[in-house]
Amino acid sequence: MATFLGENIECVRGERLVLQGAAFRVQSGDALVLTGPNGAGKSTLLRLMAGLMRPVGGCISWADTDRFEDIAEDSGAHNQRVVYVGHADAIKPALSVRENVTFWAEINGGGGLDSDAALMALGIPHLADLPARYLSAGQRRRVALTRMLTTKAPLWLLDEPTTALDSAAATLLSDLIKSHRAQGGMVVTSTHTDLGLDNVLRLDLSRVAA
Amino acid sequence: MSGALAVFRREARLALRQSADSVMVVAFFLIAVVLFPFGVGPEPNTLARIGPGVIWVAALLAAMLSMERIFQADYEDGALELLVLAPVPLELTVLAKVCVHWLTTGLPLMVATPLLAIMMNVPLDALPVILLTLALGTPILSLIGAIGAALVLGARRGGVLLSLLVLPLTIPVLIFAVGAIEADLSGLEVKAHLMLLGGLLLAAVALTPWASAAAVREAVA
Repeated sequence: MATFLGENIECVRGERLVLQGAAFRVQSGDALVLTGPNGAGKSTLLRLMAGLMRPVGGCISWADTDRFEDIAEDSGAHNQRVVYVGHADAIKPALSVRENVTFWAEINGGGGLDSDAALMALGIPHLADLPARYLSAGQRRRVALTRMLTTKAPLWLLDEPTTALDSAAATLLSDLIKSHRAQGGMVVTSTHTDLGLDNVLRLDLSRVAA
Repeated sequence: MSGALAVFRREARLALRQSADSVMVVAFFLIAVVLFPFGVGPEPNTLARIGPGVIWVAALLAAMLSMERIFQADYEDGALELLVLAPVPLELTVLAKVCVHWLTTGLPLMVATPLLAIMMNVPLDALPVILLTLALGTPILSLIGAIGAALVLGARRGGVLLSLLVLPLTIPVLIFAVGAIEADLSGLEVKAHLMLLGGLLLAAVALTPWASAAAVREAVA
């Protein structure tokens, strides 16, 4: 049983206080949904959780059966447990879809589905050999989401994952999140649409923001 | 380690599919050197005298053209922040990218050099030493260039800024490389110059990946 928690997080971007006093506690099998208006700091909090930025105040830590540590202490270990899907899809137009998926699987250490199975899980096995430059926005998003499936990382950080997805893909995504939680994974996602998840924790950043 | 190999394979594949970039670097190198006979006149002794220096300065400027590419595309499409978050040490990722950068710029420049040496009337006996200085020197350019390329991420007109940052740092490479060639042409011992160049290369391999990686982390934060 692992716990991912943040206390009293403060973050400054461009001399503006974006987050103040944000706190969360996510355990294995939990899903945390970040809500709030545009500019409330949802993406910033996800980037802090991923370890891309450091908070100015407060701490974000990971507790396991054998350790309890600030994620900044051992960023190598934190990188192994995080999958971050941000706004940018990180897809190279000159590579085929399969090459793109395989690259991220190799880089992230693998351990999950292989690239074809991951494409199948997102309903786009027929695109595997297509150069990625011909993908539509929704197809690109589906390809980006395969990164969650090709690793064993327990913590999924999804920044507005449903952007550009059609309703069928949104359903696929919520099913994937459900099965990840059932296997003891954690999901933190910011979203404006209802993903149809039950039993979620919510963090409303409109009240937290200064 | 297998992660760094994956980065190397991806970069190499991308470079092969976008090989026009390498061709452009070599074409710039050729044109820049060819301009000199027009500028200083076709007198063979003058050309032979300035030849090694001209070839080296042109190689430096040509290498500068492609440096911005080391991180730019990955920065724009979001891949760079994922590489920072990947379990592979960022320093190894940077080193893999630098290797591919050298293979797609430094190596083609070396291949084009014998032709230019003949055009500049440089004695052919000096060619092995010229190629040796390029083999030791151009990887240093790629390594230092990666620091500059990471520092200018997110800046407007990054290419010009990159040249201003990196060119002064390459002066020692230029001095020892041309020094070795001059020594060889005048029949002196070249070993000392080459060892200094080799030392610079080893220092650059050991130190620059850390600096580039730190700059990349700063850029994506």
